[in-house]
Amino acid sequence: MSGILLLEQTLNGLQFGLMLFLLAAGLTLVFGIMDMINLAHGSLYMIGAYLMASLAQATGSFWVALPLALLATALVGAALEMSVLRRLYERDHMTQVLATFAIILIANEAVRLIWGSQPIMLNAPPGLTGPVELPGGMQYASYRLAIIAVGLAVAVLLYILVTKTRVGMLVRAGASNREMAVAMGVDIRRLFTVVFSIGAALCGLAGAMLGPILAVQVGMGENILILAFVVIVIGGIGSIRGAFVGSLLVGLVDTMGRAMLPIAFAKMFSPQVASNLGPSISSILIYVLMAAVLVFRPQGLFPARG
Amino acid sequence: MKRNVILLVVTAAFPLLMDLTNQQFYIGFGTRVLIYAMAAASLNLVLGYGGMVSFGHAAFFGAGAYIVGILAVEGLRSAWITWPAAVATAAAAALVIGALSLRTRGVYFIMITLAFAQMMYYVFVSLKAYGGDDGLSMPGRSTLGFGLDLAHDLTWYYVVLALLAAVLYLLHRLVHSRFGRVIEAIRENETRAAAIGYPVYGYKLLCFVISGAIAGLAGALIANQASYVSPGILHWIQSGTLMIMVILGGVGRFWGGPIGAAVLLALEETLSGSDLLGPYALHWQLPVGAILLAIVLFAPQGIAGLAAKKRHA
Repeated sequence: MSGILLLEQTLNGLQFGLMLFLLAAGLTLVFGIMDMINLAHGSLYMIGAYLMASLAQATGSFWVALPLALLATALVGAALEMSVLRRLYERDHMTQVLATFAIILIANEAVRLIWGSQPIMLNAPPGLTGPVELPGGMQYASYRLAIIAVGLAVAVLLYILVTKTRVGMLVRAGASNREMAVAMGVDIRRLFTVVFSIGAALCGLAGAMLGPILAVQVGMGENILILAFVVIVIGGIGSIRGAFVGSLLVGLVDTMGRAMLPIAFAKMFSPQVASNLGPSISSILIYVLMAAVLVFRPQGLFPARG
Repeated sequence: MKRNVILLVVTAAFPLLMDLTNQQFYIGFGTRVLIYAMAAASLNLVLGYGGMVSFGHAAFFGAGAYIVGILAVEGLRSAWITWPAAVATAAAAALVIGALSLRTRGVYFIMITLAFAQMMYYVFVSLKAYGGDDGLSMPGRSTLGFGLDLAHDLTWYYVVLALLAAVLYLLHRLVHSRFGRVIEAIRENETRAAAIGYPVYGYKLLCFVISGAIAGLAGALIANQASYVSPGILHWIQSGTLMIMVILGGVGRFWGGPIGAAVLLALEETLSGSDLLGPYALHWQLPVGAILLAIVLFAPQGIAGLAAKKRHA
């Protein structure tokens, strides 16, 4: 195991974890404040990626398209919240699962109708297409570094938003005790719409940034959605800090597991056993992590409700 | 009782009618409905009667299917061995998953059952020896003996129907037994049930295991249906679909599972055929989603609930 490989995988894990954080942050707020299971969160991620791809083509510039895509995704999120989701807050979790599952079906087909079934390509912005040399002589894709930078910047912005602003104070009040917040006169309806739109914009950002690395295609939101759920359960529902730690944990464990376990198994077992065992163990690693966290700390690592 | 007899007659006559009118395709469709009815009924036991929102039911459904598939590939095709093996494996999986998951509640329970199901999914996806990503093709359906050839679609339909009837009879006895009452009491108020002196955890676990075992049987049947098992059967979308069948039909209503399975599959079948929507049939999931959403917003009690309300009105 060389140091370069280790560093590269750490950076990859960090990059994946930070993008997961963008999804998990919105999801954990919606979950924590509105007590709502939103399976359609992954659909917003998909819609964000598609909008980004279209806008980048229309404007001809990645950096012009990015804010437009975020705004558009936030608007889609606000529309979704005001038209459908708002009616579901008072209903039980099962109903929310059914309704948001229906929204996934609708969103997937709507995207297919508009953009077609083929995956579409989104190019990294010029200037960030090649590798850069890191201190220590390692080559690393500059675009992936940019993703890490954006992810960290958003994390800092969110931290400031949640801890230092009035909206953030209301959000924290809502997450720790919703009834009390309402009794104190917080306009929960408007707060919900605002929080949901912010969550949607973060989804859009994740979709737009990951677009050039992954294929933009229908169904891209479904697998990452489950990972985002794993993150917020590990971190503690409703906690942004938990979502951040959980994201990095899941991102690093998943990436490192996939890279290291097959190598480790190859040394311990016969090649045939190792080739079967490696991928299966590494892909269930994060679920084992989550089950372990839940068994020992059923409320997650950083519970929002004291 | 009278309604049940009518239902039995109708489901028994259905494939004969299709055979006579030369629409044999619908015999296969009918069999699929019966199998999913069994799976949904098993989920309804935990979801509706036990109040445990399990989002990983595909794990047991898929475990049953894979056991039958793997044994068939290894040369063991007798239904008398492979189907009980499927039931036992699914029950064992439910025992382990349930024992750990039932320590949590609420949303955490939903998520941890989901996580366990996803684990199973990834294990089978990376199990290259048994098809991995591509799924597992069986040499043919299980063998039953007694001169019954399961490869014959009509025979197969009746075997599935008989099993479904037996399972529904057992479930009916179960939910109306003392056990069923206790399970419902726990759903309504767990603290009170514990205070009366019922071992709540044990009752919930037993309920979870019985439900998993039945799902395993349904899985054994679905593997036989197409003589093919794909890892997609373990994906969380599958758990979601089963859950939607139950909610659609009516959570905690005895016929909720079967009704939901029949309605959802019939919807898919109608909307994905080109008769109704023409070239847009490709996008059948859009109207299905819209209809599901409308049901959530306007018929909160599901279809069985809607029918019950009409009777009382």
